[in-house]
Parts: sequence; structure tokens; C-alpha cells
Amino acid sequence: MATLQTRSAARLMMTPSVVLLLLWSLVPLAMTIYFSTLNYNLLMPGEHPFVGFDNYYYFLTDPAFFTALFNTLLLVGGALLITIVGGIAFALLLNQPMFGQGIVRILVIAPFFVMPTVAALIWKNMFMNPVNGLFAYAAKAVGLEPFDFLANAPLASVIVIVAWQWLPFATLIMLTALQSLDEEQQEAAEMDGAGLVSKFIYIVLPHMARAITVVILIETIFLLSVFAEILVTTNGGPGTDSTNLTYLVYSQALLQFDIGGASAGGIVAVVLANIVAIFLVRIVGKNLEA
Amino acid sequence: MARSVSTRRKVIVSVVAWALGLLIFFPILWTFITSFKSEGDAVASPPLFLFFHWTTENYVEVQSRSDYFLHFSNSVIIAVGSTILGLIIAVPAAWAMAFSPTKRTKDVLMWMLSTKMMPPVGALIPIYLLFQATGLLDSRIGLVAVMTLINLPIIVWMLYTYFKEIPGEILEAARMDGASLMKEIIYVLTPMAVPGIASTLLLNVILAWNEAFWTLNLTASQAAPLTAFIASYSSPEGLFYAKLSAASTMAIAPILILGWFSQKQLVRGLTFGAVK
Repeated sequence: MATLQTRSAARLMMTPSVVLLLLWSLVPLAMTIYFSTLNYNLLMPGEHPFVGFDNYYYFLTDPAFFTALFNTLLLVGGALLITIVGGIAFALLLNQPMFGQGIVRILVIAPFFVMPTVAALIWKNMFMNPVNGLFAYAAKAVGLEPFDFLANAPLASVIVIVAWQWLPFATLIMLTALQSLDEEQQEAAEMDGAGLVSKFIYIVLPHMARAITVVILIETIFLLSVFAEILVTTNGGPGTDSTNLTYLVYSQALLQFDIGGASAGGIVAVVLANIVAIFLVRIVGKNLEA
Repeated sequence: MARSVSTRRKVIVSVVAWALGLLIFFPILWTFITSFKSEGDAVASPPLFLFFHWTTENYVEVQSRSDYFLHFSNSVIIAVGSTILGLIIAVPAAWAMAFSPTKRTKDVLMWMLSTKMMPPVGALIPIYLLFQATGLLDSRIGLVAVMTLINLPIIVWMLYTYFKEIPGEILEAARMDGASLMKEIIYVLTPMAVPGIASTLLLNVILAWNEAFWTLNLTASQAAPLTAFIASYSSPEGLFYAKLSAASTMAIAPILILGWFSQKQLVRGLTFGAVK
């Protein structure tokens, strides 16, 4: 009995959410696009003349952009690889009968709840510090030179920190998927003489395909915008060695006060994220119907 | 055919799983232990694990040197405030979409999800300038507003997936029994909707507590929540391991405990209902 009355009531109930999100998604974006066409630096008072696509030209031809783009892809790819492979392995392990399963699960999930700045600082100071860090002690204990991770392998170090934070998420989702795997199907395969490996490839992996896709897409959205971990560990350096797109735009805007150039960079980041988003919306949309 | 598992195998699996679990958890455990050390013990070589003089002086020190509780209460206000505000806006919307869906409901949901995918740098500059012009920079109100907006799509989505599981027949039965709309909402729907709302609240408090892009960029000192406060330990205070650890432990402990209770909701909330 969906009468006209309930229908208009429903529309009224949705209005605040829809209007707010509409404003939030359109107004700042429109302003960013507008700023990106101006020669606008906070250090230069006065007029902000229109310069067309100049900001885009400078941003896209800046060598820092290519480094940042490359670093962004490495960061997303590296963290995804570690968390997907690690997540599947952990999920398979946690799905076995064992003593204290609940506690192990809690231990593995914990890093997800650690705020990014804390995670980054713990790793930076207490583990990767070349003088007092635990890794330095470990290296000295076995007679090796301590390695200055954040100076010599900044991006790899950031990838490790970010992967540590996201491994629990991947594990949790893979585990949820695994638990819905049909036991009888596995037994049937065993009776037909399937080994562990072929069982994994032909039964477990296809069953987890959807979970893996979801993990890849959702992590990608978040990993494209990694910021705090870079800010507190390396400040994007040395040079631009660990600068990703998000950090590059931030430094151009709030450290160099180049509003026009940073806005152009922001729009480039939006376009890249949208390419990913199109895939995500399709996949999640498909799953909704199932 | 019940699967028989040999004890030997179970023991081996347990040992491996516990070892790996502890390895993943170790940074947190190490931080917790270090927070009870003196600064000297914290950098002792070889590292001290359990046998050192345990002290709580770092916790006292962190509070007295930097107003820790100001930042803690900022975190609470921003995380809880934005979540409650978000729920107030989102509950009616999710309700309407779950109980009187139209042809366009799915499109609206998808569009909401897509707004979550805009990278924050796309909005950073105008929001920063807008806040600067209106005095909202470094204010809790400004952050509550931004946090509400960035988490609104997740809140609507989570609530929608929970509300959809409330069977419509129950409503019809209540109506047949002559319940008015008010009674229907109070006695029938609310009790069934509360668990879903509670789960949504929990997950969003966690997400807002740990958010570290907007909080770092829009606050300085007064409104800085714990994410930004801890970032100030970046250097050189960060080299005081014991104090860094104490501040970190206090920042993550509340949410770690909440988080352990919300494992299931986490999967559902962060995958937008695609994996349950």
C-alpha cells in the first residue's frame, strides 16, 4: 500500500541526505576546478588572473608528477599484493581447527584499529630507526650493519607500514568468504582424489573471487589517498622518493601556497580515482542484485 | 561424515597460527610494554622485554606536558558527534529507501557510494580556504561537519542493509492488528532496528576516530584530535620512546577494545554489504 502519501513522505525523509551529499560532492569540486584555471598563490596578494590550462600543463610536465604517479601506483600495487596474498594465507590458516582461535583472530585484526599516525610513528621510531630501532638491534645481533630504512628505502618502508594496517581487513574479508564455503563440495573433491593444491585452485579460489575483488577495489580507494603515513615518516622524501599524488597536492597547496597548481593536481587525482571508482560501482552493483 | 582432525595436526596449526598472530600484533604489544619503561630502559641494548622497572610515570608526564585530555576529548567529540549527527540525517533516508523503495532507489544508493570515492585532495583546497575565511579552521564544529559528510554514505549504506533485513510482513501484521503509524514505529520497528543502528554507530565512531587526512589538515592545536596530537610527536619528541608509547597506547586502546567487538560489522560496513 505504497500510496502517494507514503511516497512523498519517503522523498522528504531522503532529502537531507541527498542534498547534503550533493553539495559536498559538487561545490568543493567545482571550486577546485575553478581555482585550477587561475594563477593563484597565497603569497601573492591581489588579482588571480585566469590562465586556462597552464596549471595543468605545469603540473603534468613537472618531473615530480611522474615520480608521484609512479609512487602512487607502486604503493597501491605493493600494499595490495602483500595484503591479498597474506590475507588469503591467514584466512586459510585461521579457518583450520586450532586452540584459541578467537584470540589469534583478535591478534591479527588489531592493527586495523590503530590510527595511521600512531602506526607510522611506532614503525618509524621503534622499529625502523637506524640507532635505537628494534630492527637495528636485530641487525647488530647477527653482525650486520643497521639499515636506515626510511632514508634508503622510503617507499618500501611506507608500503610495509600501510600493508600492516590493511592486512587485517583483507584477512577478515577472506575469512568471512571462506566460512561460507560448502563443506560437502570439498569432501566430494577429496573423494575424487583432489590434492590440497588442486582443491585450492579449483574450489577455494573461485569461491573467494568476489571477496578478493571487493578487497582490491576498496583498498585501492583508500590506498590512493594514503597521507598520514607519509607525512609523519618521510615527509615525502628524501627528495620526492616517497611522495604520492595526495602528498604532492598537499605540499603544493599548504607548503608552497600554490593554490592554482595544487587544484590542477587535485583534479588529476580525482580523474584517476574515478577510473577506479567506475569499476567498483559496477562490481558492488552487481553483487547487490545477487 | 564428520571430519576427524588429528591432535598432532591441530597442535602444529595452533603453534604456527599463534606465532604469526603474535608477530602481527607485536608492534602494538611492544608499544604497550614500552609505555611502562623509563626512557633509559626504552632504548636499552639489548632490548628489555619484561624484566625492567615498570613505571606509570610516562602517562602522568604526557598529560602534564601536553594537554592530553584536551585532545582526547576532541577525538571523542568529533568521532561521536559526527556519528550521531550522521545517524540523525541518515536514518530517515535509509528507512525510506528500505521500506518504500522506488525504481531509482538503487541509483541513489550507488550515487551516494560514488561520492565516497572522491579523493580528499579534490576538496581539500576549497574547504581549507572556506574554513580559513569563516574561522572554522582548527574548530571542532568544522571537523564534526566534515566528518559527518565523509561518513554519511557509509552510514546510509550500512543502515540500509540492516533495515532491508526487517521483514515487511511484520509491518503488515501490525497494521492488520490496527496499530497506528506511531505505534508501528515505536513497538515494532524500533526494537528490530536498534541492533543495526548500534553496529553502524560503532563502526563509524571507529572510522572517525582514526581519520587522519582532514584532521591533520584542518586542525592546529585547539581542536586537534589524537591523530593530529600524535603526529606532533613526529620529531624530535618521538625519540622519547616511552612517552611516545604512552601517548600512543592511550590513543589506540579505547578504539581497539571497541573494534574487537565490531569485527562482523566491519566486514559488512566496509564492503557496503557486498560481503556478509
